[in-house]
Amino acid sequence: MKIPHTRPLNLRQGKVEMAHGAGGRAMAQLVDELFARELGNAWLAPGDDGARLPPARGRLVMSTDAHVVSPLFFPGGDIGCLAVHGTINDVAVMGAAPRWLAASFVLEEGFPLAELARIVASMATAARAADVPVVTGDTKVVERGKADGVFITTTGVGVLAEGIELSGANAGAGDAVIVSGPIGDHGMAIMSVREHLAFESPIVSDTAALHGLIGALLAAVPATRVLRDPTRGGLAATLNEIAQQSRVGIVLDEAALPVRPAVAAACELLGLDPLDIACEGRVVAICPAAQAASALAALRDHALGGEAALIGEVVADERRFVQMQTRFGGRRMVDWLAGDALPRIC
Amino acid sequence: MKYVDEFRDGALARGIAASIARQLRPGREYRLMEFCGGHTHAISRYGIADLLPPQLHLIHGPGCPVCVLPVGRIDQAIRLALEHEVILCSYGDALRVPASDGMSLLRARGRGAELRMVYSPLDALQLARARPGREVVFLALGFETTTPPTAVALRQARAEGIANFSVLCNHVLTPPAMRAILEAPGGVALDGFIGPAHVSTVIGSAPYVPFAREFGKPVVIAGFEPLDVLRAIQMLVAQIDAGRAEVENEFTRAVGLEGNRKAQALVAEVFALREAFEWRGLGTLLHSALRLRPEFAAFDAERRFAVPYRGVPDHKACECAAVLRGDRRPQDCRIFGTACTPDHPVGACMVSSEGACAAHYSYGRFRAPSRSSA
Ligand code: SF4
Repeated sequence: MKIPHTRPLNLRQGKVEMAHGAGGRAMAQLVDELFARELGNAWLAPGDDGARLPPARGRLVMSTDAHVVSPLFFPGGDIGCLAVHGTINDVAVMGAAPRWLAASFVLEEGFPLAELARIVASMATAARAADVPVVTGDTKVVERGKADGVFITTTGVGVLAEGIELSGANAGAGDAVIVSGPIGDHGMAIMSVREHLAFESPIVSDTAALHGLIGALLAAVPATRVLRDPTRGGLAATLNEIAQQSRVGIVLDEAALPVRPAVAAACELLGLDPLDIACEGRVVAICPAAQAASALAALRDHALGGEAALIGEVVADERRFVQMQTRFGGRRMVDWLAGDALPRIC
Repeated sequence: MKYVDEFRDGALARGIAASIARQLRPGREYRLMEFCGGHTHAISRYGIADLLPPQLHLIHGPGCPVCVLPVGRIDQAIRLALEHEVILCSYGDALRVPASDGMSLLRARGRGAELRMVYSPLDALQLARARPGREVVFLALGFETTTPPTAVALRQARAEGIANFSVLCNHVLTPPAMRAILEAPGGVALDGFIGPAHVSTVIGSAPYVPFAREFGKPVVIAGFEPLDVLRAIQMLVAQIDAGRAEVENEFTRAVGLEGNRKAQALVAEVFALREAFEWRGLGTLLHSALRLRPEFAAFDAERRFAVPYRGVPDHKACECAAVLRGDRRPQDCRIFGTACTPDHPVGACMVSSEGACAAHYSYGRFRAPSRSSA
């Protein structure tokens, strides 16, 4: 469906206008010249209201995630690739192979088209690299001041192989707790931009699609019990959720916890705890202790899991506390962070 | 990071802890108060209590900046934001402190208040520059450490003539609060103080001398790293056992006798002593807080807007006052961990990570799960 447009979109100086979301010719042009061009694939091409997907072998898994990160561009990524990775990861931690994405954009009137183009291009690159196409989408425009640049909601569908039953409720006493890499990179990359913290080597977001890494892990250790991506609320929130769902306690070993020095220093400066800080390219895995070594090996063999570490174990505890053996020789709780200290981190 | 890690060495810590244990006189109880919220936080976060013998008690003091602000002060800020429609800026913790009628600054946002969480008063000043059409008020709070940055912002505002910036000043002083704890009738029995870290970098160690001389209580100034705290405990125990009461300094890498003269001069230029100030838990203390000097009257939110201070009693069930004085432990409060949690704080001590109740809830409650076993 090509609609002839009198003038091409001005991707250098143009701005988002109310008409770009109004369903008329301007909207069709935005879709044609930006979204379809960048994200282009066989499902998007017909320009219909939805995508007709081929039958899948296995149960379907579906997940959705809204992205409101501020700033839109940050070291290591932007809202575009983040929106792709975030939803792929939500599907992947269910144990499913992500297959398709849908994307919805809320644009603020006046937002520069050049920035929108960068975001959509980044989204397209991420989707292509992950081999998970954006098969359908929608765009709305709201008046200036009613949104902050761009909000993106992505929905993902994946296919779950027979026999894989991951759930936050599956952890049992004695199981090993593993994290696939250093924690807190994404959150502190965002915070250091917001707070103008300058480090010798800037903190870079870990945003990444994890389905490859998770596939390798599940192939090596099919008995893996729980997978979660520690996004908002960080590792602390993720482990507390698992402890609640599984009715167990978890004991971490602070000395084993991978945290980059710059992240630790930035946290120190802002009075934050790396355990509370969001990751966008890490997965927490809980598996039987006997298979911890195989799980670690499988993760470390993958480009995204080189710094995977065994960080603790699941224990019987009816209070469902997450605790940590401190490097210092004491013990403390690792609780959920109260309130919203870090708004709009993803 | 190296710098930080060498103060968190576990083996070294266990060595000091073991030597403290050997040092203690059998049968004697040692009751030490860490004045500062920063120490309360470090003690809880690193599980320092686990390393110490049971006859050594660490008692949390009142040095948590948002905890000592009485309800009426938060009410004042809320009135500014709601009735005078200013953009109110403050540190994150202050926004969640419970105020009258189930309000807090964050809840006021739901009723139309405009709030900004800032890490520095200069961020608030920057906002005032960027929004010349709006009044921007910085809710200033904290002990001697946070006062110099407020002074810098005020000086800058005056130099640039930024007319829409003002400060609601709630800066308080450490020594009068320590004195109030020691003078409280029937107050907590103490053998010594772990003295503030950052506060002392500003005021120096000299202001603590009266506590040693007049009250016979040793004071050891300590850094915020866990090893600092342990070394300070060791030094306090040595003084107590030897019957000495002196001001000693564990934090020599940052604190001198006189403190930071430049910061003191800056503070003196901008602030003057308040006649009296009401503290949560400690009551109204003379010469215990700061206000803006008349030269800075134009930037004083209390003069600029009609928001007189009105004292308000704490929530009925709240034991914050006793907790702040060290008379009760967080887990002794009837509503600790039930009606009062970090997600739904009833008292101010449950809000900031430096507050005794929040620190115990977030880091230590596995040790004393209920009041009866406490
Ligand atoms: S538990 Fe809550 S109400 Fe009780 S003393 Fe602590 S903060 Fe105050």
